[in-house]
Amino acid sequence: MALIRTSSPHLHKASSTSDVMRLVVLATLPGLAAMTFFFGWGTLINVIWACLLAVGFEASIVKLRKRPLGFYLKDYSALVTALLLGLALPPFAPWWITLVGVFVAIVIAKHLYGGLGQNPFNPAMVAYALLLVSFPLQMTTWNAPFVMINGGESWNVLGFSDTLLLIFGGIEPPLFDSLTSATPLDVMRHRGGLTTEEVWSAIPVLAEGIGAWHAVSAAYFMGGVFLIYRKVFTIHTPLAILATLAIISSLFYALDPYQYADPFFHLTTGATMLGAFFIATDPVTSATSNRGKIVFGIGIGVLIFVIRGWGGYPDAVAFAVLLMNLSAPFIDQYTQPRSYGHAKANRGMKGGM
Amino acid sequence: MAADYKKITTDGLWGNNPALVQLLGLCPLLAVTGSVVNAIGLGVASTIVLMGSNLTVSAFRKFVPESVRLPIFVMIIASFVTAIELLMKAFTYELYLILGIFIPLIVTNCAIMGRADAFACKNPVKESLLDGLMMGLGFTAVLVVLGAMRESLGLGTLFSDMHLLFGPMAENWKIVLVDDYPGFLFAILPPGAFVGMGLIIALKNVIDSRRNTRQLELEPDDIVKPERVRVTG
Repeated sequence: MALIRTSSPHLHKASSTSDVMRLVVLATLPGLAAMTFFFGWGTLINVIWACLLAVGFEASIVKLRKRPLGFYLKDYSALVTALLLGLALPPFAPWWITLVGVFVAIVIAKHLYGGLGQNPFNPAMVAYALLLVSFPLQMTTWNAPFVMINGGESWNVLGFSDTLLLIFGGIEPPLFDSLTSATPLDVMRHRGGLTTEEVWSAIPVLAEGIGAWHAVSAAYFMGGVFLIYRKVFTIHTPLAILATLAIISSLFYALDPYQYADPFFHLTTGATMLGAFFIATDPVTSATSNRGKIVFGIGIGVLIFVIRGWGGYPDAVAFAVLLMNLSAPFIDQYTQPRSYGHAKANRGMKGGM
Repeated sequence: MAADYKKITTDGLWGNNPALVQLLGLCPLLAVTGSVVNAIGLGVASTIVLMGSNLTVSAFRKFVPESVRLPIFVMIIASFVTAIELLMKAFTYELYLILGIFIPLIVTNCAIMGRADAFACKNPVKESLLDGLMMGLGFTAVLVVLGAMRESLGLGTLFSDMHLLFGPMAENWKIVLVDDYPGFLFAILPPGAFVGMGLIIALKNVIDSRRNTRQLELEPDDIVKPERVRVTG
């Protein structure tokens, strides 16, 4: 009897980069839907525009680097980068913001460092941080969720064609001005002498509109849980980020509830959920071992709280992730697990012996 | 030693350019190249100091004891920088205010110290003077290219405020490239200088490697192996 003898691993199909990336794209869809539902067509248009640009830039730079075009386009990594950037941008960001952002993400942050797998920093976050520093006005102009316009009686955010015109520069700003609103994190940051309690009752975006941010965060959370279930990434990084942020903010909230926001606020506003599940888990730029991922996540959690509380910008996820990307190789060096057959782990600095 | 003026010239301007190849003097290079006028101002000041210090170091090279040569070079360079600083205070006061600390900091510009130690203290006066001029011009050229890149990207203009350096006749040299430009702060901030500098170095390397390949095709026997140029003594 002829038995086919093979050695392990007995997998039928290797999980390729493109499979993983496709799952990530799938998992962002609830978040994209929630953003579109609450903040209008802007996010959807931004995401599609960013994806088109990303494919264009990726194709031209791959061609310029004389690499096989089809192979690199089929791994969908450029699409994921564009998707994450599009989700992070303000819904009605002008077209050229997205253009600059995608160029920086794909060409400078990814391919100038050697392409996917070689980039030390998360490309989408490099682009976001650069845009935030360069164009503070456009990058902090958010619109109000639909529940705040006309008492939320109907879905009366700007229509699809008007949004398209607004983004691509065919509409006068005054029409848009009536729709803008500060984000909850902006309000918390620039509240003057108000205590946290007064801010919650006095400022409409917190009193009426906070539900929209909660819902968007919940949608990202769902997508993240799906990715953990499909084993795209482990639970370590997101859990460490969220737990650290929750613990630190509870500590400060318990010490001085008048000055600090409650932990639930920190977890459900801004880009916390998007960052914890979709950005910090990037396998290229985060730490490698499980223990390393926990250290990496704790660092991000601490930095988010510190920068939100005492830094110059309202949200902190991009800066926190970039700073920890920078320390990921260092973390890896000290958290390398013991390999089979060795008495102890091969950790830390070598040399001198 | 036969004076090879041509080699000194090409080395300073291209082959051993202080900014692109030796990567010296990057602190002022990255810090003040926010606009063309700043770049020219600092470039001219550095060039004059470089020529003066090369000339003096070379003239006194037989009297300077080996063991204390560096302090002596520093004092020579510092006196030229003081003179330049006073001159700029007298004639281009506004530019002097903009460049600020980077004028006195020319003293610590390694490009100048490097040339004094690597070239001027071993070569006759004429060659040293030419070397100072060419190295200075090479440095200035990189400053101006980087300044033009950052000014046009960051502010959408070119040659703005040139009257600070060239007097009233330069009032309207300013070229507005894009009307109603929103401004790109990243290019003006230091990170933009690093990225721009990296791109210029990459461009130089591309040109050099293209030229080498072409030379290789023309005369395969006469291959010049790339060699790291020793810049300090």
